[in-house]
Amino acid sequence: MFAPFMTNAWIAGTIVAVIAGVIGFFVVIRGNAFLAHAVPHGAFAGAAGATLLGLNPLIGLGLFAMAGALTISVLERHARNDAITALALVTMLGLGALFVSRSTQYSAEIFALLFGQILGVSVAELVPMAILGWLCLLAIGVVYRPLLLASTLPDTAAARGINPRTMTVVFGFLLAAATTTSVPIVGALLMFALLVGPPAGASSMTRRPIIAIPLSVLFTLITMWSSIALAYTINLPIGFFVTAIGAGFYLIGRLAAWLRRRARSAPIGVRSSA
Amino acid sequence: MSADGASLADFFASPTVQGALVVGSVVAVVTGIIGIFTVMRRQSFAGHALADLGAVGGSGAFLVGLSQLWGFVGAGILAALLMEAIGIRRLQGRDIATGVVFGFGMGLTALFLFWDTTIDNTSNAAVSVLFGSLFVLDPNLIPTVIVLGIVALVLLGTVYRWLLIESVDHDLAVARGVPVRVAGIVFLIALALAVELSSLTIGAILSTALLIGPASTALQITRRFGLAVALSATLGTAVTWAGCFISYESHYWAGPRGNWPVSFCIVALTFLLYLGTRIAVALRHTIRPSTGLPAAPPGLESTAGGGS
Amino acid sequence: MSDLQDASGGVLSARRIDVSFSGHRVLSQVDLTVGAHEFVGLIGANGAGKTTLLRVLLGVLKPSSGLVHRPPRGGLRGGIGYLPQKVSLDPDAPLRAWDVVALGIDGGRLGLPVRNRRFHERVDEILDAVGASAFAMQRLGDLSGGQQQRVLLAHALVSDPALLLLDEPLANLDPASARDVVELLDRLRRRTPLSIVMTAHDMNLLLPVLDRIVYLAGGRAVTGTPDEVVREDVLTQLYGRSIRVLRVEGRIIVLADEGGRLPNEEHPVATSGERS
Repeated sequence: MFAPFMTNAWIAGTIVAVIAGVIGFFVVIRGNAFLAHAVPHGAFAGAAGATLLGLNPLIGLGLFAMAGALTISVLERHARNDAITALALVTMLGLGALFVSRSTQYSAEIFALLFGQILGVSVAELVPMAILGWLCLLAIGVVYRPLLLASTLPDTAAARGINPRTMTVVFGFLLAAATTTSVPIVGALLMFALLVGPPAGASSMTRRPIIAIPLSVLFTLITMWSSIALAYTINLPIGFFVTAIGAGFYLIGRLAAWLRRRARSAPIGVRSSA
Repeated sequence: MSADGASLADFFASPTVQGALVVGSVVAVVTGIIGIFTVMRRQSFAGHALADLGAVGGSGAFLVGLSQLWGFVGAGILAALLMEAIGIRRLQGRDIATGVVFGFGMGLTALFLFWDTTIDNTSNAAVSVLFGSLFVLDPNLIPTVIVLGIVALVLLGTVYRWLLIESVDHDLAVARGVPVRVAGIVFLIALALAVELSSLTIGAILSTALLIGPASTALQITRRFGLAVALSATLGTAVTWAGCFISYESHYWAGPRGNWPVSFCIVALTFLLYLGTRIAVALRHTIRPSTGLPAAPPGLESTAGGGS
Repeated sequence: MSDLQDASGGVLSARRIDVSFSGHRVLSQVDLTVGAHEFVGLIGANGAGKTTLLRVLLGVLKPSSGLVHRPPRGGLRGGIGYLPQKVSLDPDAPLRAWDVVALGIDGGRLGLPVRNRRFHERVDEILDAVGASAFAMQRLGDLSGGQQQRVLLAHALVSDPALLLLDEPLANLDPASARDVVELLDRLRRRTPLSIVMTAHDMNLLLPVLDRIVYLAGGRAVTGTPDEVVREDVLTQLYGRSIRVLRVEGRIIVLADEGGRLPNEEHPVATSGERS
């Protein structure tokens, strides 16, 4: 599986996993898995449309990702933000249905954009991917503290001069950028699964945010690498492995949290004998 | 009758349209009602996830020779129970739990579709599960859809009062002995049932749109529960009929590729209706802020602090 | 760094504040000024508009009309500290109490955090001052309501604010802890240029330290010293119905005259039996 033609797949998978691991930490701490689903899948509709219109799918992807993320961030209000996410998502998908109906040709690329296939990545695609990914990470590094504060304690963030709504828009923007980088390579489903499962597992297993992020990246990398290896050897869809292993990390995290709670409420005698 | 459009009579006479209107209306009413609770309980994600997860059951059922309907319904209920089992009370935790179940379910769909070698073009099947069409449905399903829709509403009816109390104040409901956990599970099952039958017949996209759109619009307009439910069901039905009509008519003016997909027409109308209502409500409060209090009695002046 | 005295000479001033939600008026023509070192209580029952007013003062809620002058937010010192009523954070979220307080100092700064020893000492110091050292390294979500409040108080204080806005900080505390917190706050505002605005539905714990009360009922407010405001004639006009003010064993109890509930409220303002 380490043949030359697989090299690009490994590199692409690594880049995607690192980005997803970092952004996924914030997806989990904000509790917004829906956004992590809506942006990639809405963007997929844009890519499908662009493909069928003969354009570069990246254009449609980026456009829809950005438009979707911004619409949701701007229109959301505390009480109903998941409803607006749902509406924005189905509107984008509906537009995708319109695009699909406008063309008589069917493209296997559309299936790949949805369920993912990591093989067949060219070096030419890798370079812009790596650059955009690097910019994403840099941006997260810059807004790390205000974003963390706005994500966890929005009202006190305001006292520190941070506008939580601005941070929401910034985060949506970053998610859209990460989506545009990753979905062409791994597809919408994989992007979504990587943003949610492994980062959730990591967040449950440490108390310190500064550790949770690298741990999240580690778990996401393990998920990605083992999925590539398994998809290659067993020849089943990579989407299945990513979602299953990602779910596995999530469950490990839940187990760790449950054990922690048990330990805290154990009677004194049990605790002191440890 | 002009050459560049069909009359309403033609529209209603078409058997395809009739089937679409019947099923569409049933779905619009059932999911419009359940949608109010879905939006209030902030479970839109679960509602959408369940719609897509029907595909797991659909493709899995095909593998073992079950009918699509029971595959959809079975997968939906199973997913609902799973979400509830690993989910947590807090909003953030529940969202992530839903996401993980959703992701895993879609991974299974990828697997089943891969194994479904009897389907000519597995890729097409995946795409059509998402997009679906109201004009291409099996008329034999109509009675089943109606019955299951009623079952979903009955289930909801058994717990709706508890759900309402909990939506006002969760802790207060618990303190008063309301069985919130049970009510939540029953609701999720009713939701799964409603969403699966709508996803199967009209596609996952439209299913979510009719679940969330009319309900959100109704809740913008009124806070009163009964009115919101009625409004949601009515708006959903209206939007469905209008979308069917536009899609049907577009056959005459949409160019060489044929009519606009009915999913798109209805979804677009739903979104525009929501946006329009939201803008209208915002404008109304800017232009006409109402006074809720009587004027302060004479002699009672709000004074500035005595110290400054 | 900044001029904290506005034209009327206060740290904080709010004029003719109106707030309406969905056509329902929540606050009506409220005025308030706070000077340096002052301790002001926003008193009223649940639903009277206290939290709404506090959020307007903080600046996260725009009033339908009216003006607020406040200290600048987010500076190194002399800004605003805010203590929310409750925090809706996932119990498993990876964020320790210590991290929360640290973000109180540098949460608004861009770039990756570089924290020196002096920084760590400052955070430890303030956690100790509020009595939260014992659980500083635990997840915020794992702490009890009272413990969380101490941590959030430390978070609000660590940036040396000129104005502290506290939303029901005593609600989750037992009477002894509540007294400790009130004493701590009183000490702080006398020693340093700190002004405090705190909401509470029971004014009795605060009476010994309050300079002024803003008494809210149904969105309207009366401001003055406790002696000026907590009077039957004043409150009767405010509520629009007959009000009795009883002084029992050094505590003030405000009741509707018929012995029933006050409008918009679930229970009388003060409770009995909590005195140590």
